[in-house]
Amino acid sequence: MAHAPLPLAPRKFLETARTDAWWLQPAVTFLVLATFVVYSTWAAFQGNHYTFGPYLSPFYSPELFGDSPHAWFGPKPGWWPGIMPFSPALLILWAPGGFRFTCYYYRGSYYKAMWADPINCSVGEPRSSYLGERFFPLVFQNIHRYFLYIAIPFLFVLAYDLYGAFWFTDASGHTAFGMGVGTVILTANLILLSSYTFGCHSFRHLIGGILDRLSDRPLRKKAYDCASCLNGYHERIAWASLVMVGFSDVYIRLCSMGVWTDWRLF
Amino acid sequence: MSTATFRIYRGAQGGGEMKDYTTEVSEGMVVLDALHGIQADQANDLAMRWNCKAGKCGSCSAEINGKPRLMCMTRLNELDLDKPVTVEPMRTFPHVRDLVTDVSWNYRVKKKIKPFTPRTPDAPDGTWRMQQADVDRVQEFRKCIECFLCQDVCHVLRDHHKEESFIGPRFLVYAAALEMHPLDTLDRTEELKEAHGIGYCNITKCCTKVCPEGIHITDNAIIPLKERVADQFYDPVKALVRLVRGKKA
Ligand code: SF4
Ligand code: SF4
Ligand code: FES
Ligand code: FES
Repeated sequence: MAHAPLPLAPRKFLETARTDAWWLQPAVTFLVLATFVVYSTWAAFQGNHYTFGPYLSPFYSPELFGDSPHAWFGPKPGWWPGIMPFSPALLILWAPGGFRFTCYYYRGSYYKAMWADPINCSVGEPRSSYLGERFFPLVFQNIHRYFLYIAIPFLFVLAYDLYGAFWFTDASGHTAFGMGVGTVILTANLILLSSYTFGCHSFRHLIGGILDRLSDRPLRKKAYDCASCLNGYHERIAWASLVMVGFSDVYIRLCSMGVWTDWRLF
Repeated sequence: MSTATFRIYRGAQGGGEMKDYTTEVSEGMVVLDALHGIQADQANDLAMRWNCKAGKCGSCSAEINGKPRLMCMTRLNELDLDKPVTVEPMRTFPHVRDLVTDVSWNYRVKKKIKPFTPRTPDAPDGTWRMQQADVDRVQEFRKCIECFLCQDVCHVLRDHHKEESFIGPRFLVYAAALEMHPLDTLDRTEELKEAHGIGYCNITKCCTKVCPEGIHITDNAIIPLKERVADQFYDPVKALVRLVRGKKA
């Protein structure tokens, strides 16, 4: 059979036969991600209003060095170069930031929303050259598993902070068990971050995906099934946990600034 | 009975144009039915492929309103019939005529993947024993009907035409079905990284969205394979462990 050697010409940038609102999804992704990046960077550089009562903002946890009572090793270290701005968040925020930046789900979504590669499925692209994740620089995304190894201990730190968020000290210096709206927010934050971390593809691989036979390892099989279950919601949990961690900081910041009041539930 | 307009790509070897056909449609019809009506009444020479009309043979792939879909599984009540419905051939493959493309590249790619190579049989009668739990993963991939809609939508092939260095989502699913099979003895990781070009996939999930069999192509096949490639080629600690233990895998 005689046939043509060529397919139809590729679509030009933004050209498509799609009739739905295909631009909406990348536009919303762009807005939410950009807002989060701008806000978290700003908040990380502030170096103040990151604690309120027993609460510590997750952007600032663990507070290795700092002025709040949550600091592990005391105030700003003497060796910190004077010309560099200091904030406890700058010491640690690269870890959760890197974990999200290299997350398989976020990669797929920011390649679309921020780099238009492709901007959405079956819509024309701006560039004809393409390297994907095969070459430098994006081949470094394969480092994701190492960020996972760091992200897991962070969950324990956040759990320790959350425990602290149940103990309120009153004006007389007396500490009592209690719960405020902030405690609820930090609890939700920890649940979402844990679901995000244990639904990670690298975790799923590590815990069982790496093996072709799991039936003879019942415990790993169970763990793999749980990770797969969480992984099925990874996209939704990624968004929910992103919004929640940002909101936790906003909440503590505004309470600390006196704009919002933290209601005590008991 | 009401009518609907279908704007269909007509022409041969990539030289063609969209032509409008208005035809009668009724409840429960799919796009393939409407096109058959047009073929019978107005365009006897309209070229298209179909076979089962049940979403199982994978022949009737096309782009309906810009989205890669099976014509036999796209019900008209899912579409806005107030506007013309566009029906085009798959853009990624060489165009033959009207809605027909030459998908033979896919068959050539499949031959490049190391075939299933099971361990020696478990029983004297030449049979094997497997647990259902161990083949669950692979069975998802076996649902593939080779419609090649995922290959069509994948931008690495569609826009960048990396056919020489990337096997595409369909064959990453195929490779995953072999790699994760509890009986298979071969390791395809190196080919996946090099000749099969898994690194070109930027996990944007368009393949998953169009798969009529609902296979989680990106999450269950491609990413787990990327993790296996990372184990062997991009994990310095694992490389060190291999070095110390003095073995390759
Ligand atoms: S996820 Fe990968 S294989 Fe699937 S369409 Fe996107 S780039 Fe192609
Ligand atoms: S994986 Fe899905 S979309 Fe791709 S060829 Fe198979 S059935 Fe079609
Ligand atoms: S955190 Fe999303 S894939 Fe690892
Ligand atoms: S005709 Fe067989 S899948 Fe549509």
